[in-house]
Amino acid sequence: MSQIKAVNDFVVKFANVNGSGSASANEMFARSILRMGVPVASRNIFPSNIQGLPTWYEVRVSGKGWLGRRGGVDLMVAMNPQTWDKDIASIDPGGYLFYDSSRPVPMSRMREDINIIRMPLTEICNKVYSDPRQRQLFKNIIYVGALAQLLGIDMEVLKQLVGEQYKGKDKLIAPNHQALQMGHDYARDNLSSLCGLTVEKADAVKDRIFVNGNDAAGLGCVYGGATVAAWYPITPSTSVAEAFARHCKTYRVDPETRKNKFAIVQAEDEISAIGAVIGAGWNGARAFTATSGPGISLMQEFLGLAYFAEIPAVIIDVQRGGPSTGMPTRTQQADLLVCAYASHGDTKHILMLPQDPRETFEFCAISFDLAERLQTPVFVLEDLDIGMNEWLCEPFTWDDKHTYDRGKIMTAEELEAGKTFGRYLDVDGDAIAYRTLPGTHPTKGAYFTRGTSRDRYAKYSEEGAVYQDNMQRLLRKLETAKTLVPKPVIKMAREKARYGVIYFGSTAPAMDEAMASLEAQGQHLDMMRLRAFPFNDEVVDFINSHDQVFLVEQNRDAQMRMLLVNECSLDPARIISILHFDGTPITARFIISAIAERMHLKSKEAAE
Amino acid sequence: MTYITKPKLRHPGIPVNKLGFTHRDYEGTVSTLCAGCGHDSISFAIIQACFELNIEPHRVAKLSGIGCSSKTPDYMLGQSHGFNSVHGRMPSVLTGANLANKDLLYMGISGDGDSASIGLGQFVHCVRRGVNMVYITENNGVYGLTKGQFSATADKGSKSKAGGSNMDSPLDLVSMALLIGATFVGRSFSGDKAQLVPLIMAAMSHKGPAFIDVVSPCVAFNNHAGSTKAYDFVREHNEAVNRLDFMVDREPITVDYAPGTSEEVELHDGSKLRLAKLHADYDPHDRIKAMTYLQSHAAAGELVTGLIYMDPAASDMHANLNTVDKPLNRMMEAELCPGSAGLKSFNDAHR
Repeated sequence: MSQIKAVNDFVVKFANVNGSGSASANEMFARSILRMGVPVASRNIFPSNIQGLPTWYEVRVSGKGWLGRRGGVDLMVAMNPQTWDKDIASIDPGGYLFYDSSRPVPMSRMREDINIIRMPLTEICNKVYSDPRQRQLFKNIIYVGALAQLLGIDMEVLKQLVGEQYKGKDKLIAPNHQALQMGHDYARDNLSSLCGLTVEKADAVKDRIFVNGNDAAGLGCVYGGATVAAWYPITPSTSVAEAFARHCKTYRVDPETRKNKFAIVQAEDEISAIGAVIGAGWNGARAFTATSGPGISLMQEFLGLAYFAEIPAVIIDVQRGGPSTGMPTRTQQADLLVCAYASHGDTKHILMLPQDPRETFEFCAISFDLAERLQTPVFVLEDLDIGMNEWLCEPFTWDDKHTYDRGKIMTAEELEAGKTFGRYLDVDGDAIAYRTLPGTHPTKGAYFTRGTSRDRYAKYSEEGAVYQDNMQRLLRKLETAKTLVPKPVIKMAREKARYGVIYFGSTAPAMDEAMASLEAQGQHLDMMRLRAFPFNDEVVDFINSHDQVFLVEQNRDAQMRMLLVNECSLDPARIISILHFDGTPITARFIISAIAERMHLKSKEAAE
Repeated sequence: MTYITKPKLRHPGIPVNKLGFTHRDYEGTVSTLCAGCGHDSISFAIIQACFELNIEPHRVAKLSGIGCSSKTPDYMLGQSHGFNSVHGRMPSVLTGANLANKDLLYMGISGDGDSASIGLGQFVHCVRRGVNMVYITENNGVYGLTKGQFSATADKGSKSKAGGSNMDSPLDLVSMALLIGATFVGRSFSGDKAQLVPLIMAAMSHKGPAFIDVVSPCVAFNNHAGSTKAYDFVREHNEAVNRLDFMVDREPITVDYAPGTSEEVELHDGSKLRLAKLHADYDPHDRIKAMTYLQSHAAAGELVTGLIYMDPAASDMHANLNTVDKPLNRMMEAELCPGSAGLKSFNDAHR
């Protein structure tokens, strides 16, 4: 029997039943490896369910620091009979199966090319615990203890994590320590040397933090100066609003009066949520909503109003699998078009495309500057993978010199001094007009905001020329936006490359690994990571400087390709789509094989 | 009539209020509604109320949805910021605006289509949430701009101009407002300025969600025999429970009422409201009894008008949210951004 031998480079997958308390035990397992200085990427693959359906937790251990999904499984912790066959099938040959052997499993449901580690978990629990809930919860802790012994994880680190987790509920600490030790001792006495996977202390984590994107988004909104949040619960975005509320309690309560420098409204639906954001933005507060695809669909009419009436708004869209209810707990990048062109009529919106929680923090914060500068909605497109999984990132930083860009707001003093005010009058040539806030001046600067067509001085008009003048200015405003939104990140191959690869968002870590692997095989490609729409000139230049580019996205219809071809007047033949849309995060192996296959075909074509 | 520009001439003897503003300072552009439209009377009543309350026009924000009623904010308070938003969604926009700056006076103008049909959910939740505002529905029972379809407030059995009968049960926004927590509820008739103006003044002085339903006949599509929202019908069935006198800045009371037939109510801003009881048994401070009263009189075919309910000690959404006194829209980095120092604890907690 072959055995996969690996140190600090393997994938452990836990198959559990939702609601069994496995999530916190599994996360503790991942964190213990991090605390040993070994980078970890963990992903929760969970159902739209509170209790009973299958859930998985994947821990990628990578001493080299690859944080995307690799693909494949080296050690399967199979705790869910419902998914047994599929789980067993997913193990790489030579890999390991760890399972609860309290009940016999027929050999026909095993595989011969994997290594089997049996532990009678239920039996052990039933012996020690009488309470059914305790039996279930401690089973998870016991297997973590056993895995620690098998993989060489420091028990002291685990015990410390238990202490941190139950801080304030101290009486839970000792029983959890006992359960860990019980698992550890069983493995030491019965399972030793069955597993060829090892964790060794390293110093590769440094000062990085382990954080999820929605937490980061909530914090970014605090830093960006959001004072009004209106939202409606929807997976996977709910935790953005919850994080904002939590961070506001920490940072935004006036120490003297104990009053709040923020207002959060849980609206009756997403339409009301965006309505409140637009009302607040119109009235000069920085406001945002967080939602997912179905919410974006509901907000369409209001988004058109904000575009046409030029009102700042920030919308955080944590994308999930669509269309319709789709796969609400799975990840996708499939809201690009519905956001970029949200609403009826001719509209174009700003999209920000963060690659990880750290960039989500930054982009959320600067989105408020962009929204106020450009007086228009700005979308921050997270996805479930970034939003709800813990990512290992560089620590967050903030430049204390950064001041909020409130955009063009005419003041009472300027009005008093006789400065010309035309709400839709382009005085600076950047297509952005001045606005006034309600209540500014007793007799000057008031205007009527409307979704109907109006002239440069905000007066109602359905005259064709007046309408066109305004619509053309809105298009020119997008040109200004191109100079303000984050530029793409371009990384050139070591050797001159005829081909490039374009990607964005949560694809980034898997792409980094895939490119390093391809480069090692002698395949050189330049890389460009898109970070915003509208596309800056650098984007077009990159595509034009390559024979062809691969465009990797996590949706069925190649939405980014449509946007690029459409907005940059590119020859579609230059852009080859690589699409991953099964709802799981894209893997390095998938990208490598997709590109290698096409590159191989390319070199064959060239040879012929 | 959009091509008509209002003349800027004003009579030298035109009355001014304590701030030196005339009526003209509270007017808007020329109305484009039909001649005789009830909505124009309501606009005028709002103008009158603001004039008499000595409100600085720029301290008012007027918001609306879509429809004939929602056009009217353009025809009043030209020196106030206005927002004509999307159909049925004014309440959420007003909520957000109010969150941004608690210091302005928010006036939501809507209609029966805008609030009772497409916007019923937003109306309900905005009131539930306790938004400090004056919310007025200009209720005519029909869709005017699309030419005469029944709205959700049309009474069962009422006839359309085209001859059809409405077979659906009506929604009564006043009953609903009482049920969901409005702390000031009134109903009036666009043809009764004497009742409407002080009611609006009192609503503007109230802190909390104030709702006034104003029956406002549509002269083009719903002013015929068989309609329960026609001028004649409303005049015949109007049952006012009280008469209001609004006293700004404790002006001396000039009207005398027999003892026990009137009541003075002090409002949030210190002004006073005198209520003359037209129905001895009606108590506008008892919400449960008001609801029963409304239902029994509606069953008898009467339209109860006047101040239906008021809680003088009401609070609002900002109190519920415990927001700071300074308007949120005036805060900048120094007050809002925790800076690099704030990130240290965050980073440490995530290792």
